[in-house]
Amino acid sequence: MSNLAVQSPRPAPALPPKRGSGGRGRRPRAAKEAPREFRSLVSPHTLNTPRGRLIYRITLTLVVVAFTAAFVFPLYWMVTGALKTPEELAQIPPSFFPTSFDFGVYAEAWDQLDLGLFLTNTVVYAGGAWLFTLAIDVSAAYALSKLRPVLGNVVLALMLATLMIPPMVILLPAYLTVKDMPIFGWDLLNTPWVIWLPAAANGFFIFLLKRFFDSIPRELLEAAQIDGASPARILWSIVLPVSRPILGVVSILSVVNVWKDFVWPLLVLPDGEKMTISVGIASLSAQMPQNVLIASLVIASIPTMVVFFIFQRSIMAGLTAGSLKG
Amino acid sequence: MTTMTVKGSRRRGPGAFRRGLRRNLTAYGFLCAALICFAFFSWYPMVREVLLSFQQTNFVDDPTWVGLENFRTVTEDSAFADAWLNTLAFTGLALVFGYVIPFVAAIVLNELRHARAYLRFIVYLPVMLPPAVGVLLFKWFYDPGAGLFNQILDLAHLPALSWLDSTDTALISLVIVSTWMNLGTGTLIYLAALQSIPSELYEAAELDGAGIFKRVWHVTIPQTRLILLVMLLLQIVATMQVFIEPYLLTGGGPENATLTVAYLMYQYAFNFGDFGAGGALGLMLMVVLMVFSAFYLRLSRDDQS
Repeated sequence: MSNLAVQSPRPAPALPPKRGSGGRGRRPRAAKEAPREFRSLVSPHTLNTPRGRLIYRITLTLVVVAFTAAFVFPLYWMVTGALKTPEELAQIPPSFFPTSFDFGVYAEAWDQLDLGLFLTNTVVYAGGAWLFTLAIDVSAAYALSKLRPVLGNVVLALMLATLMIPPMVILLPAYLTVKDMPIFGWDLLNTPWVIWLPAAANGFFIFLLKRFFDSIPRELLEAAQIDGASPARILWSIVLPVSRPILGVVSILSVVNVWKDFVWPLLVLPDGEKMTISVGIASLSAQMPQNVLIASLVIASIPTMVVFFIFQRSIMAGLTAGSLKG
Repeated sequence: MTTMTVKGSRRRGPGAFRRGLRRNLTAYGFLCAALICFAFFSWYPMVREVLLSFQQTNFVDDPTWVGLENFRTVTEDSAFADAWLNTLAFTGLALVFGYVIPFVAAIVLNELRHARAYLRFIVYLPVMLPPAVGVLLFKWFYDPGAGLFNQILDLAHLPALSWLDSTDTALISLVIVSTWMNLGTGTLIYLAALQSIPSELYEAAELDGAGIFKRVWHVTIPQTRLILLVMLLLQIVATMQVFIEPYLLTGGGPENATLTVAYLMYQYAFNFGDFGAGGALGLMLMVVLMVFSAFYLRLSRDDQS
């Protein structure tokens, strides 16, 4: 209860010098001071012997070759496979380079599978889920972190408890719920709401946001409150601008989650006009010529790949934020 | 505006009460959208999962209470044992590959001073692929005729395998896809954990004459013990829910060789229209997974404090 800022008799002039830079300004500086005086399993000394250097070279080459073969080659095979004609695809031994570079098959896949529709659907689902997730989870985390209502900890615990429930085991009751909403009696199947609203019920995002909001210095909010700013105003003008890094992480994760999801949209969007791209391709895969199917796989993976190329830092940061802090 | 008038009378009871009420109302105003979403899409389905497994549900009449009937239906099904054994086998195999390979990969990557960014990037590429795409891609690789894998075996003068079409290899083929798609996550998490190990420990171990493998055993593993344990639990929970691989690759076949609990649950509900039996299977899976989840939560809380 004593957490409400106004009650604290402490005046606010002790504004921290790193104003506006949030938690950002610290880490890079510390990292710069220590120029990689870093050792791990193998000591630098061992590495400097001729034998050590040789072994290192060999290991490096092996690892680069093996990893490239395991993780890049399948994607290369996919992109070039789509360019091959059905005859070339069936040919033994396979051709490493396609004999022709006819991108027509991509256009064919686009038309035949109606990929434009599926992509638009998926964009609408992912975009809406993103907006709802941000609006709902940010305000919830703000309330739990800064307004601290009675029973706030219970609410947070109940939200975190949902992380313990693997999605697969509540699949059927969740399906029945959206098919015939209790109290309202709405049937959400085949509407975007069925993706948007459940996506916002994400305990992990609330946890991430709350943890970040907790680290925002209280003095900052107290000052605004004394100036008469309402809680909504404080959230909008102070908390949100400072929280850009974590908002970025949550945004990317929420969009990628929806884009990658398969089982839920498979069940709740059965209408051929409403399907996501993953479900659409999977359900049509049996009737397609192989090269057309592969081309559509490439098209379906381009968006997430582009997101990864642009935001890899945030995505990997989100990954480690999700795990335990070392 | 109330804040203005209240400021002076901070200590007085009625004012404090009003302020407290106001603050709580505001807070719950901010919370209500989230509470509604959680109530409808998480909390209520959890409760309903339990109810569902004791009820007969069709979409016309109200659900009727049938006691343990649904549990009898699923346990008497000959596919029941297959599904559980396959799920356990899948989880076990996925642990052998998906748990050991990322750790070894992380240790090796951590030693390299070149191409680090590139390797870290590509190891995470499959994770970003939509799972349906990854699975369908591998379906093509597994193709018994001109599929990539048999072509590679052929180049090496090895006999072709029937991958998804034989009861011996189908399950392991699913494990391979699943491992390929998820390996990047583990690798990057381990890599982050390895970088927090103090160098002095390795130096000390080396002075004591420990070779590389001893250093891994006595320094690396103990220092990353917590994260290893957490990932173990997370992976068990994740892989026991396996659905998309059998759904898209094999349809549970051949001869139930890849039928998993989650897939059987799906079949009961959406192929046979028996949501009660599906719910009973879901509840069994939930009980098993909750044990691991509870351990996981316990561990992460210990780590927080």
